[in-house]
Amino acid sequence: MAESVHIHNLEKRFASPDAPGQEVHAVRNANLEVTPGELVTLLGPSGCGKTTLLRMIAGFEEPTSGDILFGERRMNDVAPNRRDAAMVFQSYAIFPHLSVYENVVFGLRLQKLSDAELKARADKVLAVSGLTSMANRSPNQLSGGQQQRVALARAIVMEPKVLLFDEPLSNLDAKLRDQMRVEIRDLQQRLGITSLYVTHDQIEAMSISDRIVVMNSGNIEQIGTPREVYARPASRFVAEFIGKANFPEAIVADAQTVDLRGVKLPVPTSGNVGDKVTLVLRPEAIALSATEGDFAATVRRAMFLGNVAEYLIEIEGLGEWLVDVPNPGEKGLLDPGQQIFASPSHSSLHALRG
Amino acid sequence: MLTTARSQLRILARDPILLALVAVIFAAILIFVVYPLMMVFIASFQERGEWTGANYALMSERRLYRNALWNSLSVGALVGLIGVVIGYLAAFVLTRLDVPGKRVLHYLMIVPIISPPFVSAVSILFLFGFNGLITRQLLGLQDFSIYGFHGVVWSQVFTFAPIAYLSLRGVLASISPTLEDAALNIGASRWQVFWKVTFPLSLPGVASAFLIVFIESMADFGNPLVLAGAAFPMLAPQAYLEITGSFNLARGAMLSVILLIPSITAFAIQRYWIARRQYVTVTGKPTASTSKIVSTRVKWLLYALVLLFAALVLMFYGVIFVGAFTQVWGFNYTPTLDHFAYVFDVGFKTVTDTLIIAIITTPISGLLGMLIAFLVVRRVFPGKRALEFGSILSYAVPGTVVGIGYVLAFNGPPFILTGTLLILVLCFVFRYVPVGIQSGTAILRQIDPSIEEAAQNLGASALTTFRKVTLPLIAPAFFSALVYAFVRAMTAISAAIFLVSANWNLMTVQILNQVGSGRLGVAAAYSVVVIAIVLFAIVVINAIVTRMTRHMNMVKF
Ligand SMILES: Nc1ncnc2c1ncn2[C@@H]1O[C@H](COP(=O)(O)OP(=O)(O)OP(=O)(O)O)[C@@H](O)[C@H]1O
Ligand SMILES: [Mg+2]
Repeated sequence: MAESVHIHNLEKRFASPDAPGQEVHAVRNANLEVTPGELVTLLGPSGCGKTTLLRMIAGFEEPTSGDILFGERRMNDVAPNRRDAAMVFQSYAIFPHLSVYENVVFGLRLQKLSDAELKARADKVLAVSGLTSMANRSPNQLSGGQQQRVALARAIVMEPKVLLFDEPLSNLDAKLRDQMRVEIRDLQQRLGITSLYVTHDQIEAMSISDRIVVMNSGNIEQIGTPREVYARPASRFVAEFIGKANFPEAIVADAQTVDLRGVKLPVPTSGNVGDKVTLVLRPEAIALSATEGDFAATVRRAMFLGNVAEYLIEIEGLGEWLVDVPNPGEKGLLDPGQQIFASPSHSSLHALRG
Repeated sequence: MLTTARSQLRILARDPILLALVAVIFAAILIFVVYPLMMVFIASFQERGEWTGANYALMSERRLYRNALWNSLSVGALVGLIGVVIGYLAAFVLTRLDVPGKRVLHYLMIVPIISPPFVSAVSILFLFGFNGLITRQLLGLQDFSIYGFHGVVWSQVFTFAPIAYLSLRGVLASISPTLEDAALNIGASRWQVFWKVTFPLSLPGVASAFLIVFIESMADFGNPLVLAGAAFPMLAPQAYLEITGSFNLARGAMLSVILLIPSITAFAIQRYWIARRQYVTVTGKPTASTSKIVSTRVKWLLYALVLLFAALVLMFYGVIFVGAFTQVWGFNYTPTLDHFAYVFDVGFKTVTDTLIIAIITTPISGLLGMLIAFLVVRRVFPGKRALEFGSILSYAVPGTVVGIGYVLAFNGPPFILTGTLLILVLCFVFRYVPVGIQSGTAILRQIDPSIEEAAQNLGASALTTFRKVTLPLIAPAFFSALVYAFVRAMTAISAAIFLVSANWNLMTVQILNQVGSGRLGVAAAYSVVVIAIVLFAIVVINAIVTRMTRHMNMVKF
């Protein structure tokens, strides 16, 4: 049932709606392989082309060039209604004139299934999505979260080869979003449907993905597991978009070490000795101590955020760093102006290429 | 350019039925809208098969034609003006003021829209004709003649002011009274607020309403034919008389072209110039707050004027109703059923003919309108703008021109349709489809396209999507398109009068004939039957559309 998805050199240019003759380059030379049963998120800031990429896969937008394959089959010239790729829309796109049940069986009815089979499949999916008791309601008698479930149920009841989500949770409040996220991931794993999931929320992407595709103004910046893109961002953009980071400049000492203002740190690089490299230093991978450490620093700002204390410290010659220290409730907060020492954790250092 | 057209076609061809449909609609519009118009142009430049400008030279040579043009233009302008004043007043009172009986008054205001356009002409004859109730019986006037300029103007104002009212109602309802409140708040007087805020904001709407009424007046055929009289020639009836009276097709065609020019010009201005300057959308939600810019005295004065117009409507229809049951108006007021007996006996075939034609026309026109709206808003294909323009064009073309065009186009090969049911149905479908297209596109533009994409995504073809999702969603537009098509098919005259035959005749044509032969009672009886059928049909169509879209009333967008 599950199908792989291949995207080769996919391009999309729109005629610019503002300046005649000009073009908006929405997706640039995208390449992506999704293995059967995998959940891949497309993550990026607003306007970076996530929706456009997803809509090309669904068949609602025509690629300017490049290929889309499901398994072996090239889909470019297959009409959207024959692609077998069910989509969950950001606005839910529930049929307002049909009941919840009729919404869910809409696609099945088109397949001319027998009534018994139709009902069996619908009932199963309604139960899974917790909608059984409201099957006969009209969509506008549902809450946002329930409507979201109808949209989801309507897609998975089709047992599609590919599931496509376009920011399915962006209209829900934070609490419901967390809960639905878990539900979607559970369901997807149980059914093993290959899924592409668009979001601009990095936490959402980290928590549900097998792999994340980070996009920036039409380009794919990096493809990797949540751990990879967090620990080894391919670019400063990725590092900043996924979490916070400090970017001190170091000098390559040998293939395995760099020199950061006289302190040798174990970071593998591909550059030549003496080259400058930019390090990615996550705030939580910096230890602060009152007595000893790699760099003497001054606390400039201290903020209590509940689970962590967020400090802005200044190190002479290296500028300001952001540092997160867990469990401040117990440890207490440092005061601005206080002199301390900061040490990057050796195991989680990463240098940007180029 | 060509490559985009080709790739658009390729995408469309993924749904072969859709591609075929677009092709068929294109062809149909070419054949039934563009081709007849072309034939009128060609005929107007020909004389016995030779090319010539002689027909147009007649415009300057013959007083009759010059007068016809001048009369039509001046009546159109005056009716437009009076119509807009009445329409604005009524719209202002019924949307902005806190007065009793607004609903009833609203319905009374729009009754003239759903009756044959020259019912008022018949009423006027009953009241002000040679044996008129008011002129002869009450005032004892012997030599008063209602025929001519004032008769036509009166009758048309009554017929078309409601159209101005409807369009201005939308405009006024969408101007937020908070703007007026704001102006009052910074110290403007009421009079200043009206002239400096409310009126300027509604000005594009006023201009638009004026042009619409002007177009309707220019195109009107029934009222002038009944009330203009021989001394007051007008373009539309004159073109008709050239063809049916003197069998001179070329001159009829030439007059049609002359008639077409101001209509198309007004339409172009209305659609491409004023529509862009509309500050407010006509579909805006009516606001609840009422206006404070008129004093109580003025308020009741305006209200009285609206009541007066409503009373006139009641009187005109009352007169028709009574007239239908009266032996001989002006001489013998004994109640009788004779006129109805005539309608349901000698004239009954006309009733069934009309009904058959209307019943065939209505669903085709309604569905076609929604389908074209769907294609225009939701699909891309080469020639889309042309398609939209072509399908809306017929709205601006006076019926007389269309009628003559159909006579010229479908009297010989390759399409011989004269005298058939088909020619009437086709004429009505393509004449009345623009209103459906316009209301359909307006609603569709407000509906999230992903609802239809979802249907496609679940496996529905374009046509299935249209049938199961789009159509129910635009049910209100569908309803108004159906009602409009039915009402117009029941009440049309200007184009139809060229196309009726012994086999297929229409009630409106009968009404006109009866008026012509002085049998006003029978004409009134026919009118009553038409109105009754239309009212009944509205109820039925409403029931059907509601059933089709059960959940719709609960939907919020
Ligand atoms: N039909 C269109 N015509 C012209 N430009 C378009 C069209 N659709 C999208 N674009 C442009 O393409 C770019 C990518 O848009 P897209 O909707 O894919 O962004 P997105 O990543 O989904 O953003 P968001 O997170 O805000 O939804 C944007 O610059 C957008 O303005
Ligand atoms: Mg998007």
